[in-house]
Amino acid sequence: MSKRSTSVRPSHGWGWARWVWRTLTSMRTAVVLLIFLALAAVPGSFLPQRNVASDPASVQRFYLEHPGIAPWLDRFSLFDVYAAPWFAAVYMLLLVSMMGCVLPRCARLWRECRAAPARPPTQLSRLERFREFPSDVPVDAVLSRAAEFLRRRRYRVVLTDTDVRAEKGYLREVGNLAFHLSLLVLLVGVAIGKLFGFEGRAALAEGETFTNVQSSYDAFTPSALTQVDGLTSFSMTLESLDAEFALGGPRMGEPRAFDARVTYTRDDGSAESTNIRPNQPLNIEGTKLFLSGHGYAPRVTVRDGDGEVAFSGPVIFLPMDGNFTSDGVIKAPNASPVQLGFQGLLLPTGPGRESDRSQFPDLFAPRLDLTAYTGDLGMDSGLPQSVFTLERAGLEKVGDQSLRVGETMKLPDGAGTITFDGVDRFANFQIAYDPGKEISLVAAIMLMVGLTASLLIRRRRVWVRCSQSSRGVIVEMAGHSLTRRGSPAADFDDLVRALTEPTSPEARS
Amino acid sequence: MNSAQLSDDLITTVLVIYALAFCLQAAGLAVERVKRNTRKSPNMATAAVGARYVPDGGITEVAHDRSGYGVVGRMGTVLLGFGFVLNLSSVILRGMAAGRAPWGNMYEFAIVGAAAIVAAYLAGLRVYPIERIGIWVIGLALVILGCAVTILYTPAADLIPVLNSYWLAIHVAAAIIAGGAFTVAAVASLAQLLRRRHRSDGEADSLEGVSYGLILFAFPVWTFAVIAGAVWAEAAWGRYWGWDPKETWAFITWVFYAAYLHAQSTAGWRGRRAAWFSLLGYAAFIFNFVGVNIWLPGLHSYAGV
Ligand code: HEM
Repeated sequence: MSKRSTSVRPSHGWGWARWVWRTLTSMRTAVVLLIFLALAAVPGSFLPQRNVASDPASVQRFYLEHPGIAPWLDRFSLFDVYAAPWFAAVYMLLLVSMMGCVLPRCARLWRECRAAPARPPTQLSRLERFREFPSDVPVDAVLSRAAEFLRRRRYRVVLTDTDVRAEKGYLREVGNLAFHLSLLVLLVGVAIGKLFGFEGRAALAEGETFTNVQSSYDAFTPSALTQVDGLTSFSMTLESLDAEFALGGPRMGEPRAFDARVTYTRDDGSAESTNIRPNQPLNIEGTKLFLSGHGYAPRVTVRDGDGEVAFSGPVIFLPMDGNFTSDGVIKAPNASPVQLGFQGLLLPTGPGRESDRSQFPDLFAPRLDLTAYTGDLGMDSGLPQSVFTLERAGLEKVGDQSLRVGETMKLPDGAGTITFDGVDRFANFQIAYDPGKEISLVAAIMLMVGLTASLLIRRRRVWVRCSQSSRGVIVEMAGHSLTRRGSPAADFDDLVRALTEPTSPEARS
Repeated sequence: MNSAQLSDDLITTVLVIYALAFCLQAAGLAVERVKRNTRKSPNMATAAVGARYVPDGGITEVAHDRSGYGVVGRMGTVLLGFGFVLNLSSVILRGMAAGRAPWGNMYEFAIVGAAAIVAAYLAGLRVYPIERIGIWVIGLALVILGCAVTILYTPAADLIPVLNSYWLAIHVAAAIIAGGAFTVAAVASLAQLLRRRHRSDGEADSLEGVSYGLILFAFPVWTFAVIAGAVWAEAAWGRYWGWDPKETWAFITWVFYAAYLHAQSTAGWRGRRAAWFSLLGYAAFIFNFVGVNIWLPGLHSYAGV
């Protein structure tokens, strides 16, 4: 910038601003900001994160285990690193710096593309590649041969009386530009997803139906602008869930296949059947359903003291270990004269009495261990209650028993009975809607193509200059690369060969 | 003998061959040093590797004289090539035994990784005079294979359902290929840093050219691996990016290497500083393959760490 020497003008405010801008858009700042970005991403991988799906309860657990420092970490958004203001500050600065750096380069590229290739420097021998040799061919013949050769290699060529100027590899800059701009496009794609999308979870036992409204979800995380009332309307029934496990070998018990057979009905009443498997989600107009987990739901029938059925059906139990020892709660608030509640443990492959751990994940010998309670379940208090816990305050423990399928447990004092009818499976569905992902994909492709072009293509110049001396024609050739990597030797050597070989039909083809 | 058994036996053989190649390379270096000292020619080191910086910063490889390396060292290289062929065969046999791409658990990453590192070195050797760092590269491959057969070993088996996708073949293969080149680049950067840098140290410059060239190749491949991973994550979990620890460290690796490439275009940052970025990027890469699998819980849990 030639302005710098003359900028002693008394423009205090602007001089300062210009300095900031020039510093921000310098390559050195880019490197520093990139290092900051990498370091800023580190803490999020060590501390539990609120918006990372793998374990939603992890932050609460951290709070319990480290009550002293957790609030402090929270104050600095360290449980929410990737949405933290300081993280956003780093990448926004980086993007601004990038625009300030890359856009002027584009403008220059545009001008250079319209201008002719540069004239040769006086001292060709100082350049990266240089060759000098005499020729017995006249000057204009040498030059036109060189020009033709270079044109065939897709250089842009200018031929004058004394020299040939050629340049190629402009696409490298275009690639570099496309690559940097793709990062902005990516940001737009991510932002749209984060503003309009949602994520949720729903567990369905075999035979149950899910309707796509917010209240059907077990967990639902909308974004700032999600249209909660406008979810794609459909319903889906889980017909059956098949699971397969390795029956032997070194990885015995490891899952081998899951397959959820579902029927779904759209708004217009059309119904279809399909299968959802890992890596094979169901896509209903952009709302995607993924099979993310599974477990068991024992089917029971509870009769109360009057002999009436107070509850009947499958109850979802949550797996606790790799062999699907699962626990859960059965509640019968309608039982009379007293309400009934059961704390249960399901072992899909249960041993006799000796252990309360399942021996295998598949359903070979299910056993249901129940502890029965009578009294007040506390469900009328109006407070929301988890379906996975019993509020024991108003309850009295009245007995426990292990049941096999078909067996019945009788409660003392004729309070009622519970029968273990069988076991269904349930499927966990991860449900996601991200309207920005197509944009992100376009950005990713642009990034990949632009990056490859900018790294592979070498922008380079070649000059051929001829001078007539007393002993004949002297040819000077020079080549040089405008990029960090040197120019390829092959082009240059081939050109030397083409100019030194005697003219023959083969040499031209 | 079935192919799983054959693959395991081959890996043992490969360990022995790499160890022999290691010894030959070491002997080659020693012989060369003795020769050089007796000749009392301090400039030999610089003369043997001929890369030249041109004023505007481009690197040109000039024809280099490899004769200083000696017959013994070259035998080591030949043996290394032979070991590589066996290493590759054992990987293929493992894939046949399991009926899938042979990179589904840590043991398999290790044996494919060793092959990728040796491949990157042998490919690099065709372009650059990097015999001198060969001994470190082979040493690394030996350590990795040693860990593979002792602590990481698991018999060939099927995959858990979420890994059972053709994206596994694409995504992990790209990551491993990039990893091979990153490894050799890191060794070159380390060697560059260990040389006390004089103003015009030809060998340090040449080593920088090696790491730059390899990272230039590996960076787009790594970028592709990350993008392929995101596409797969979208198909498997419903989101293409979720800051899972594995994803986070892939991102960190990528950004460090982007910083490296920028440093190479920044006046005053080339040389030692850039070399540090190459090592930082590599540290993040290795942490992702080792540390994240072992210490950080997440969705990317592989059976049999
Ligand atoms: C947002 C993060 C950024 C990433 C991931 C990124 C990545 C890259 C990559 C991979 C290259 C190719 C390297 C090469 O051609 O040798 C590159 C080149 C380049 N970047 Fe960036 N960049 C970023 C931000 C920036 C910023 C902030 C600036 C300017 C201050 C900048 C200026 C450049 C320039 C001028 C080149 C071309 C270098 C050359 O011609 O050798 N980039 N960038």
